[in-house]
Amino acid sequence: MSYGLRYLGRRFVRAILLLIALSFLCFLFTEMAPGSFFDEMRLNPQISPETIAALRSHYGLDQPLIVRYGRWMRSALRADLGYSIAYNSPVTPLLWSRAKNTVLLAGTALLLTWIFGVPLGVWTAARRGGFLDRTVSFACSFLLSVPELIIAIGLLAIAVRWHLLRVGGMMSADFESFSPWARVQDILVHLALPVSILVLSEIAIILRHVRTSVLAELGAPHVQAARALGIGQVRLLFRHVLPVAANPAISLLGFSLAGLLSGSLIVEVVCGWPGLGPLLLEAALSRDLYLVIGGILFSSLFMAGGYLVADLLLLAIDPRIRNDVAEEN
Amino acid sequence: MALKTSITIAALAAIHLVLLAADFCAPYDPALQDRELSYAPPTPAHFKGSTGVHLRPFVCAWTTVMEGEDAGGYKEDCRHEYPLRFFVRGASYKFAGVYEANLHLFGTDAPGKILFAGTDGYGRDEFSRLLCGGRISIAAGLIATFIALLSGGLVGIIAGYFGRWVDEALMGVTEVFLSLPWLYFLLGVRAFLPLHLSALRTFFLLTGVIGLIGWARPARLVRGLVLSVRSRNYVLAARGFGGSHVYLLRKHILPEIWGLLLTQAVLLVPRYIAAEATLSFFGLGVSEPVPSWGNMLSGLQQYSVLISYRWLWAPACALVITSVLYSSLADVLHSRLESQTT
Repeated sequence: MSYGLRYLGRRFVRAILLLIALSFLCFLFTEMAPGSFFDEMRLNPQISPETIAALRSHYGLDQPLIVRYGRWMRSALRADLGYSIAYNSPVTPLLWSRAKNTVLLAGTALLLTWIFGVPLGVWTAARRGGFLDRTVSFACSFLLSVPELIIAIGLLAIAVRWHLLRVGGMMSADFESFSPWARVQDILVHLALPVSILVLSEIAIILRHVRTSVLAELGAPHVQAARALGIGQVRLLFRHVLPVAANPAISLLGFSLAGLLSGSLIVEVVCGWPGLGPLLLEAALSRDLYLVIGGILFSSLFMAGGYLVADLLLLAIDPRIRNDVAEEN
Repeated sequence: MALKTSITIAALAAIHLVLLAADFCAPYDPALQDRELSYAPPTPAHFKGSTGVHLRPFVCAWTTVMEGEDAGGYKEDCRHEYPLRFFVRGASYKFAGVYEANLHLFGTDAPGKILFAGTDGYGRDEFSRLLCGGRISIAAGLIATFIALLSGGLVGIIAGYFGRWVDEALMGVTEVFLSLPWLYFLLGVRAFLPLHLSALRTFFLLTGVIGLIGWARPARLVRGLVLSVRSRNYVLAARGFGGSHVYLLRKHILPEIWGLLLTQAVLLVPRYIAAEATLSFFGLGVSEPVPSWGNMLSGLQQYSVLISYRWLWAPACALVITSVLYSSLADVLHSRLESQTT
């Protein structure tokens, strides 16, 4: 087990390094980019250049890059990601309140993608070349090639046109007056559309990977032996084949989380879900520096978390990693 | 080559040719507004007129319905017939960016209008915008792909060929870029660039940013391939005979990675077209009045527009068709590559 701990430790250090590198990259970009939040003010004759200079020094924007980064880093360690100029409030609580919604959306979508994608992948692999397999494969390659934006507005149009699903926002207007149970129901009703868009745009990747790795595993000696011993098809597939085939699919978890987060940004903006996406979009449009950096870091934090969870899962199911046989790379 | 592949390639070539000659194929100036004709539906083609059946189809003018149930809608006014004509003179444009021209593939006599795909909220011809916007969108995809493959290929070759600490360092950076939620990052980088720029500069900045963010995946693939090619016996032999780095790269390494680069290119182009469309949809990309498939779709953010005006979905259909064609070609190339290496 000590190897497993070392492995996890290394992964953890890597995630931290990744976040540090990323934050520095963000600062580098702000330095290189022309223009700032105060550009619009500068055009206003009512605001004197001295006022703007004072504001700049108030927010510390007149300091060199390294000094600003050092300061930001020090406060980021205390979970303070700076100050939003547009919202006139600290960035961290602003991001937290939105991030919860994004996690709810992306988490539900991830769960459903796996719940539907894995069995479907196993099933299509077992019926290779059959009608079901061909239909699902066709649908997958179609879903993979259609841009997420189109899937999002397409489903939205269907939902609006035939009044199928609740559209827009996360809660009804009179949410505050609901009983706790009704509140949960209300959120679930609003969640249905964005989640189904996300599931549709992400499920094909999982399904294909599971199918490929199950197919590769079906001919393996231990599977043939199990079949010869008369183990039933279902038990064979899910007890003997899937755990071995799951490894590549789980390694995919991190990447699929990346896709899911990018996808959820589109979905949130299109469906009006109050997550990180609309906040970041507004921040980008008003060039609210620290909010943008905070948003990127938050999303990368999720990703780093996703990679760690994937590593933990791999450690749990793959004895090769647990017992120090394979140097995973 | 299978028939299906030939058809795919032919269709893609046709799309690109038509979009390249967008100004010529489009009947109107894509920025020309007509407030009298906002959200006008496509004009139906008629053969049977008041004077009998014609071989040459004609269209009628749209007039606004003033009263009744569907006031504000449009109805056909067929008192005057506007026949479809080929090679008509119309709005002037710069062909290939150089030659002043005003010849259009088709059109009709003024004041009649042929509206293949209706008009948008400003009364601009949706079909002309579809063609000119498609040219921008596809150019964005192609240029961004070129940038991504150039930078990614370079990094991959350097990392794979020189190995050791160069490899370690470059692949470390690559891993950071690979694990980014790319859209968040793209949005962030776009946020740091000035918002109000000329359309041309925005376009190049945008494609540059998309391309530069996307270099990581090709870099990793190229690096892996170079690493395996480098240790093959004939390369080692050439090295033993005293072949220089340039000689080895040119003679042995580069020929091996063209296939991979081509496959990646076909894979990346639709992805970057979609990236451009998404950013323009959000209002961070190519800005009005210059059309692109993304900013044409941004009108659909209003629910009433989303469900009422079907013809405004034209750019979405174009995006889907282009993406599907590109990815089926990528599938073919990918399987060919696989069968070559194994």
